Amino acid sequence: MTAEKILTRSFERPDSHTLDGYRASGGYQAWPKAQAMEPAAIVEEVKAANLRGLGGAGFPTGTKWSFIPKNHAGPVYLVINADEGEPGTFKDRYLLERDPHALIEGMLIAARAIRSATGFVYIRGEYVEPWRRFSAAVRDAYAAGYLGRGFDIVVHRGAGAYICGEETGLISSLEGKKGWPKLKPPFPAIKGAFGAPTIVNNVETICHVPHIINRGAAWFAGLGTKTQGGTRMYSVSGRVARPGVYEESVAITLRQLIYERAGGVTGNGRLKAVVPGGSSAAILTAAEIDVTMDVDGLRNAGTMAGSAGVIVMDETVSIPEALMVVARFYAHESCGQCTPCRESTGWIYKITHRIVEGRGRRADLDTILDVARRGAGTTICAFYDGAVGPYISYIEKFRSEFEALTEAAVAAAPRRVVVSHA
Amino acid sequence: MSGAGSISNRPPAAQAGLTDPATTNAATTNPATPTFSAEQLAEVRRLQALYPDARGALLPVLYMAQDTFGWISLEVEEYVAGLFGLSPAHVHEVVTFYTLYFRDRPGRHVISVCHNLSCHLAGAPSIIAHLKRRLGVEVGETTEDGRVTLLSVECLCACEAAPMMQVDDRYEMNLTSAKIDRLLDGLA
Repeated sequence: MTAEKILTRSFERPDSHTLDGYRASGGYQAWPKAQAMEPAAIVEEVKAANLRGLGGAGFPTGTKWSFIPKNHAGPVYLVINADEGEPGTFKDRYLLERDPHALIEGMLIAARAIRSATGFVYIRGEYVEPWRRFSAAVRDAYAAGYLGRGFDIVVHRGAGAYICGEETGLISSLEGKKGWPKLKPPFPAIKGAFGAPTIVNNVETICHVPHIINRGAAWFAGLGTKTQGGTRMYSVSGRVARPGVYEESVAITLRQLIYERAGGVTGNGRLKAVVPGGSSAAILTAAEIDVTMDVDGLRNAGTMAGSAGVIVMDETVSIPEALMVVARFYAHESCGQCTPCRESTGWIYKITHRIVEGRGRRADLDTILDVARRGAGTTICAFYDGAVGPYISYIEKFRSEFEALTEAAVAAAPRRVVVSHA
Repeated sequence: MSGAGSISNRPPAAQAGLTDPATTNAATTNPATPTFSAEQLAEVRRLQALYPDARGALLPVLYMAQDTFGWISLEVEEYVAGLFGLSPAHVHEVVTFYTLYFRDRPGRHVISVCHNLSCHLAGAPSIIAHLKRRLGVEVGETTEDGRVTLLSVECLCACEAAPMMQVDDRYEMNLTSAKIDRLLDGLA
């Protein structure tokens, strides 16, 4: 009972990225329908579909759209977050390369809903081929008259910074600045890009919109759970037999995804742990995978759906080493604006590094937990809270593995102290 | 020439090239004396007009500058600042914030190996070790012949094909030592 493929329905077509290929698979049929709808009716339809943001935060999309001030006189911007960067996630790359017109059609409809005449698509700088594919699709959409008649798209390349996937960091970057997140409120829907009301949506989220208009909110809502409609694209990687993108209902369980879709653990090995929603999601043990993958299901399990990047670890994987790799990422990508994040991410990386190198100390684990907890919730954006997820969960759920390393280091300590003072 | 000395108190407009037609036709590709051609300056103006505030075009124009001059020197920063009426300090702050602007001349090819979690689980450390051996450089260095700069980077979001790396514009996936050797042999 694999879910019907919606977002990925044409991925096997060699011409899926072209205008003709998109039309042949039913593309650009929702836009005329949406043009006959009042903007408020589009917002209501998307609300009723229970579409939730698929970039990480899981916020209800229609509700976000409804925050644009009514009767706003000046410009309103639609910004697409294609700054895919969450470790373990690669779905938006597939959409940009294989179905760019779905994003364009979704943007046309979303722009009508929020009364926007200009959309910006912010694509991470490393995504050169996706950027070329999407830019070609934009040119074709202009030539075909979909764009340029009340709605224009500007394609903008990022320049290498994970934090620009945070919506206010993205806005800063789009404005020609370093990608520092901004304090909220004001929320972007009130004062966003270039000071104007702005909606920032993820690529995959917007690619769902044409299907919602075509087939109705009730159909979409029925694909998922009570609080989240539809399918989503799971990026599955790590120690699995068949890594890749899997489009499934948000009601699928993590166990089904790993064993029934991705072919189980590499070499029939034993599962040890899974990161269910990109590296910022708290880790789950092998005993915790009977959980549905919707936003609320994973929240209730103490982790998050995030970007649906599923990273599988088997018994060959060292959890302390995995945490060190993740901690290096957060230390590198902290934008440096808020002191708790800037300092703690660096400290915690150094501590995890020395633990893995065999120079750990007995107090190190509690130091990491203490530093992590003190900083949580004190920063401008969610980046540090995202780092705290792995810091705390890796240590709490696999503490004995960390302690084996620190105790071994303590046992070897006298010799090391003499050497270090030599 | 040191950057500190080159950042003067001249008003940005005087450095822009926009105010002096003579300089617009004298394009150079030298990062020490950067000048865009007339066509490139027209492209700068086109990009600036795409945004509600012209400075939105700063990242794209920095890419143009890097493509033209090879890397973003302090002189290039100052030149680009002039094109936007921004302070060189603002442009420096932007250039140093992002990883894709080079502040020194890179090799003719740039290899960026992903070292994040999924690639790490798939053997990225041994991929990096193999490249270091083959190229005779450490991560962050360029081969003596200027052919390749080796970097290790955070998640490039191609985890389904780990271990992977980016070679210039291309993603190279499912790496093995043999595949890397073939790729290196193909780099001029």
